[in-house]
Amino acid sequence: MKFLSNIGKYFLMIQSVFGKFTKWNILKQLILKDIDVLIIGSIGIVSFISFFVGGVVSIQTALNLENPLLPKNLIAFATRQSVILEFAPTFISIIMAGKVGSYITSSIGTMRVTEQIDALEVMGINTYNYLVFPKIIALSLYPLVICASMFLGIFGGYIACVYGGWTSSGEFIEGIQLDFIPFHVTYAFIKTGFFSFVLATIPSFHGYFMTGGALDVGKASTVSFVWTSVVIILLNYLLTQLLLT
Amino acid sequence: MIKVKNISKAFDGIKVLNQISTVFDKGKTNLIIGQSGSGKTVFIKCLLGLIECDSGYIEFDNKAFNTMSIKERSILRQEVGMVFQGSALFDSMTVEENIMFPMHMFTNKDESEVRDQANMVIKRVNLINANEKYPDEISGGMKKRVAIARAIVMNPKYLFCDEPNSGLDPKTAILIDNLIQEITEEYNITTVINTHDMNSVMEIGKKIVFLQNGKKAWEGTKEDIFNTDNKAVSNFVYSSDLFKKVREVYLKT
Repeated sequence: MKFLSNIGKYFLMIQSVFGKFTKWNILKQLILKDIDVLIIGSIGIVSFISFFVGGVVSIQTALNLENPLLPKNLIAFATRQSVILEFAPTFISIIMAGKVGSYITSSIGTMRVTEQIDALEVMGINTYNYLVFPKIIALSLYPLVICASMFLGIFGGYIACVYGGWTSSGEFIEGIQLDFIPFHVTYAFIKTGFFSFVLATIPSFHGYFMTGGALDVGKASTVSFVWTSVVIILLNYLLTQLLLT
Repeated sequence: MIKVKNISKAFDGIKVLNQISTVFDKGKTNLIIGQSGSGKTVFIKCLLGLIECDSGYIEFDNKAFNTMSIKERSILRQEVGMVFQGSALFDSMTVEENIMFPMHMFTNKDESEVRDQANMVIKRVNLINANEKYPDEISGGMKKRVAIARAIVMNPKYLFCDEPNSGLDPKTAILIDNLIQEITEEYNITTVINTHDMNSVMEIGKKIVFLQNGKKAWEGTKEDIFNTDNKAVSNFVYSSDLFKKVREVYLKT
């Protein structure tokens, strides 16, 4: 019952986020601050992970292509497909659920514990809009992070393959152009759009409705990470079924 | 003036507030006292609508609060100032920004006007050299002053204070109490203070409501409290030897 009640509360929260709007001058500052923290602050870790995971994907593909009849450009093909279809949109989102999600839950949760949210409410502010809306807008730029992740993942694969001696540069470049279906990129960005909304709202929900003290902020962050990841994985399955089959 | 009639609130079947009725007068410091767990904070949060009460009604200057729409409540809340127990200052803002925040949010004044108004209030609460400091860089007493300044910067009609001097040394606590009383009289505000500090009761208790186990057990003034034969109030107020002696001296004179 509590599970169903929480789902209802979540959708009521979403409705309230788009209720009474905060003054634009204040909202603008909050959005810019959230873009800085949530998007720009994530580029470093996303780039690092994407580059090296792209490299590992290509090396592992190369190691599994033992048959001499299979062309070497398949390594780049497999790397491209893995990175664009799954690694960049889905697994980076899971990582972001840990990084960005925990930040959102703990920052809103701390405001709850220290009565800052009550203070905003007493002033007559729509706290859902004030706290959650800027995060939704900031994370609408999340596809740009995924775009960088796609590029760096494939680039990492290229560096690992070419400088590791698995393929030549020409073979790799030929491979990443092989049977390219532009809709796969569209599919990845559609997924990313959904995930960015999930990344902004589920951690906000867990922070906003948390109860207790400082220790509970940590617990709420963990629960928020688990639920954000679960929803991302389920949505990933659902969207793949809808868009690719 | 705030009228409260028969408000009740229960959590998981346990009654925290039970049929409380009272009136909080304008221009006076109205105190709600009682032991920890007696329902003081829930009561004040019900008055503000931060917790919805199960039954009863609340009026702010003859305007029924319970039946107000979200928009009407939002408008009323712009006339309300609140000082929270832990001050509830915004961590990411400086002292000055905290105080200017309500004006930025609800007025169209230009930046210099907003800053002037904020500095006027900062002077009023005797905050010195703290404008550019962040909440974690100032003392508990200063935080309370900032919270009071933020609460009064919009010239509210109603001021609520939840244990405004908890965690403060007795001298600072009295300064904060006196500041609240001065502001209440100066701006003719309806002030409701939640406290279990007996010094506050003696200093500024123009009207006192005593809660016990979620019920109103007594109400009166600080003068009445010396003469009351209500055992629950006497046991609570005169729980220390010092206050027992103060009472004896008062009754003799």
